[in-house]
Amino acid sequence: MKEFFAQFAIPHPSLLIYIAMASMIIGGIALVAIVTYFKLWGYLWREWITTVDHKKIGIMYLLTALLMLFRGGVDAMMLRMQLAVPDNSFLDAQHYNEVFTTHGVVMILFMAMPFITFFFNYLVPLQIGARDVAFPRLNAISFWLFFMGMGLFNLSFVIGGSPDAGWTSYFPLASNEFSTSVGTNYYMISLQIAGLGTLITGINFITTIMKMRAPGMTLFKMPMFTWSALIANLIIVFAFPVLTVALAMGTLDRLFGTQFFTMDNGGMDMLWANLFWVWGHPEVYILILPAFGLFSEIITTFARRNLYGYNSMVWSMLMISVFSFAVWTHHFFTMGQGALTNSIFSITTMAIAIPTGVKIFNWILTLYKGKIVITTPMLYALHFLPLFTLGGVTGVMLAMSAADYQYHNTMFLVAHFHNVIIPGVVYAMLGGLTFYWPKMFGFMLNEKIGKATVWVMSTGFLLAFMPMYITGLDGQARRMYTYSESTGFSLLNMVSFIGAGLMTVSFLMLVWNIWYSFKNSSRDISSDPWDARGLEWATHTPVPVYNFAIVPNLEKGSPEAFWDAKKNGVELFKGKIEDIHMPNNSGQPFIMSIFFFIAGFAMVFSMWPMAIFGLIGVLATMAVRSLEDDHGYHIHAHEVEETEKSYDKGGAK
Amino acid sequence: MGKVNNNVPLEYSTEENNLKIFGFWVFLGAEIMLFGTLFASYFTLSGRTGNGPTGAEIFEITPVLLETFILLASSFTIGLAIHAMRLGSKKATMSFMIITLLLGAAFLSVEIYEFMHYAHIGAGITVSAFTSILLTTLGTHGLHVTFGLLWGTFLVIQIAKRGLTSVTAGKTFIFSLYWHFLDVVWIFIFSFVYLKGMM
Amino acid sequence: MKVNMKGTLLSLMGLGAVLLAGCNDKLAVLDPKGPQAQRQADDTILLITLMSGIVLVVFAMLVFMLIKYRASKQSPDYEPPHIEGHWLVETIMIGIPVIIVIFLSFVSVKSNYIVESIPQGYEDQEPLVIYASSSDWKWHFSYPEQDIETVNYLYIPANRPIEFRLYSFGSITSFWIPQLGGQKYAMSDMVTTLNLAADAPGEFMGRNANFSGRGSAENTFVTTSMTNAKFDEWVEEVHATADPITEEKFEKMLEPGHLGRETYTGTHLEFSPAPHHDHDSSEEDSSVEEHEEHSTK
Repeated sequence: MKEFFAQFAIPHPSLLIYIAMASMIIGGIALVAIVTYFKLWGYLWREWITTVDHKKIGIMYLLTALLMLFRGGVDAMMLRMQLAVPDNSFLDAQHYNEVFTTHGVVMILFMAMPFITFFFNYLVPLQIGARDVAFPRLNAISFWLFFMGMGLFNLSFVIGGSPDAGWTSYFPLASNEFSTSVGTNYYMISLQIAGLGTLITGINFITTIMKMRAPGMTLFKMPMFTWSALIANLIIVFAFPVLTVALAMGTLDRLFGTQFFTMDNGGMDMLWANLFWVWGHPEVYILILPAFGLFSEIITTFARRNLYGYNSMVWSMLMISVFSFAVWTHHFFTMGQGALTNSIFSITTMAIAIPTGVKIFNWILTLYKGKIVITTPMLYALHFLPLFTLGGVTGVMLAMSAADYQYHNTMFLVAHFHNVIIPGVVYAMLGGLTFYWPKMFGFMLNEKIGKATVWVMSTGFLLAFMPMYITGLDGQARRMYTYSESTGFSLLNMVSFIGAGLMTVSFLMLVWNIWYSFKNSSRDISSDPWDARGLEWATHTPVPVYNFAIVPNLEKGSPEAFWDAKKNGVELFKGKIEDIHMPNNSGQPFIMSIFFFIAGFAMVFSMWPMAIFGLIGVLATMAVRSLEDDHGYHIHAHEVEETEKSYDKGGAK
Repeated sequence: MGKVNNNVPLEYSTEENNLKIFGFWVFLGAEIMLFGTLFASYFTLSGRTGNGPTGAEIFEITPVLLETFILLASSFTIGLAIHAMRLGSKKATMSFMIITLLLGAAFLSVEIYEFMHYAHIGAGITVSAFTSILLTTLGTHGLHVTFGLLWGTFLVIQIAKRGLTSVTAGKTFIFSLYWHFLDVVWIFIFSFVYLKGMM
Repeated sequence: MKVNMKGTLLSLMGLGAVLLAGCNDKLAVLDPKGPQAQRQADDTILLITLMSGIVLVVFAMLVFMLIKYRASKQSPDYEPPHIEGHWLVETIMIGIPVIIVIFLSFVSVKSNYIVESIPQGYEDQEPLVIYASSSDWKWHFSYPEQDIETVNYLYIPANRPIEFRLYSFGSITSFWIPQLGGQKYAMSDMVTTLNLAADAPGEFMGRNANFSGRGSAENTFVTTSMTNAKFDEWVEEVHATADPITEEKFEKMLEPGHLGRETYTGTHLEFSPAPHHDHDSSEEDSSVEEHEEHSTK
């Protein structure tokens, strides 16, 4: 009995972990107490847990992403604090390793991924004039699988120990021999569960975009964000199965003693690295392409002009998606594959700079002859352009394989990928969030605080990451938990720490802005507060459950359908209101995902009877679904008309 | 969803079915990547036998041929089931579905025998990188067949209860796509794992 | 907003200053002491120059657009035109990056072959072979020719090409002496080759650059290059004073932990040979998969 409980203990505890554990337990109890006190369980179950509405699922993705941004951010601050001064003892080596591992996994897979999925969910159906996604129930499964994967991963922190082999989890370091806690089991299994959810999202959105566009919306009339979503989801469908296989092999190695990545009996550690990056490189384009899409929406709105070079934007994204599968070796030029292989991958990698450059120039030329209004979302975009260019050109430096022998595994590399991910993905997410906030919640975020946030964030960003380029070239390897005074890295690392502190301040400003605006902002806004251009602005604020009372018609439209309607008098909504068919809510996705969670947790600790119970539960929920006869329900025309009238009265357009 | 188009086969008659069939094709694209990755890994690791046996030492032609014929036959019968479905014969559809599932079960039995044989002769999954990838690739296909058996059983129940409606027809058609796909994967396994390994 | 623009420019200038100051201080990578590192430093400087140019062009275009086309500078009833794009503009937009990438590709391919072969200027000499193997968290240097083994320090003759043969007793590590040249992985199931040379006597920092667990931050070594005569002297001295390495001692050394400098006669290669899957960097394979098939033969 004692042994049974001993396996759940943290193998390498510290005061910080105990404090975090206590606060998590207290927070959890408080949350349950609040929900119970206000009798919100029924509301939560009816309106959120069982929902199949793409907008609500999107908002749940958003909340998860923000929560994980907080967790990953705390991790980042701890890392920078440890390195702020030489020979620091704030974290020991083991803790430092765990913290940078979880920082990477959380930020990429549990922050950035749900954030873009939030935008897929919220925007794609609105932008193509659809009532929901193709498979609303599957969409709920996607979210709950992702959510359970996220939960399982975060549980490692308090039960059994966090993974400690880096977010890349290279073998043999990640094998039982060198990574002795169950942390890497958590990594393998939680990513598997969340990845399954992501794959389903991919299938769902490809089908939605290919099959459910409003009449008249040809592929080349799609808004740019929808294009980016389509391409990103295509990459998801082709890249995630590779991760599935790699994680399955890793799990088998760790739990069943197979020999895929072992050091003898023919095992091959480089196979993991190859499979990981065959998925991993396309993964970064899964993140950045939707970000590009969002920036296109924001820049056109506030330049008050159409997107320059729409076609070349689309083709460059397609080029990027194809090339993204042909560059993975650049993550390990130093593995000794020889000059020829390195040359090929060096050239393919540099070639990606061409379509990316085309996009940068297109955005700048969109400003040409425009009427530029600087709002918070636009400010994010205007900071993105120069900062991302900086990150892009350092990427070209890293693509020079011979020179990369000197940059690889150093802080130079760390600076580069943060330089593309933060101004690229994070700015797009926050800019997009500010941009679409009024559409979702019916009030605007404060512009003054918003703009100040961007400036603080960019200043913090530059201070945090520019020094790393320099220390990298001076020989500071990444993932080092400490360094000595004699290395001369201390001043620049202190600057980095200050920068990270400023970035933290900027994120707190964002939180404050949400609170401040919630209290003070006017609720009396139109459904088009930014004078925007896309179809998603053509419906009411807040968006009714059926999105559009009449399915829009884009026979005469363009990618900027709403602008056409406003300025050129194109009629989008023809015909009369009819009954609308909607899918029913269902608790099955949530219950099935709980079974996935149980099975996953049991597998982490090799508790086989419980794992089998969980898997049987998963199959049982599938069986229930198979035999179910669910045809959805109808919102009748007169109900729709009443809802539409209530908007007219309420002041919203 | 309410609209039913009578000019096309039953499985394509509703908008919902069209979406599902399209989505399933996308899913099969992901499945191709999954098995493609397994095959690529197999080719990478197939020579890395460590102290364990090589493919030529453990592969036996009889069970493999048996598995191949059974699975090919089941692919034929599921095709007949779809044909019967289009002719509107509930009974024939169900009969061919059941035959398909029985053949699937037979395939699985032979495969389980094969796995036990490998374990018996010292080629278990933990022996070498080669046996690990071999049994994982075969096992992934086998798990797909197992899942297909469960799925198919529930379809037969539904057809029995509800008859051939646009819903059951759509599901059955998608199941047939899945089953054909597993057959195609097996042909690759047969050619590039077994035949290549035995040569 | 004017203040903001100024702020941006100022912070950029500040950054530039920091960067320049850093360069004056001679960053390890930009302070090469051997032909390979020299080539990499030259490439780095070329890239920084070229990339700064690109960044400046983008900045200039952006600043121009922002100044010229601000709403505050235009009449309230100005309606921006609808512009689809122009073939000439798009050709330039694609053409110039294509030219830059082609140019860099030539440089890249050339550099690849240079850093993978015997250092330039030393082609006529027979390289000195040193096996560098890593264990948690130490470096073992075996000199088969001299019949010597050292731990955590490396003596090399200056002006002679060195062929490092790298492998690992555990996790993947990366052997890196920034001032002599870039890094390469050491792995458990094959040997990788790294060609380096030092142009002059001196002391250089070396380390494992790849994360390999708890001790990887301290997984460092010092490289000393010396004249041929001094090197021979050291070899003789070792043979006169050091103990022979035994399998027992070596096994003990492999246990996870840190060690100081140690010196032995003989090498561990006699009783614990390097992995035989050779991964010779001069081999010309077009893909990783293909490569693995080769190496298993």
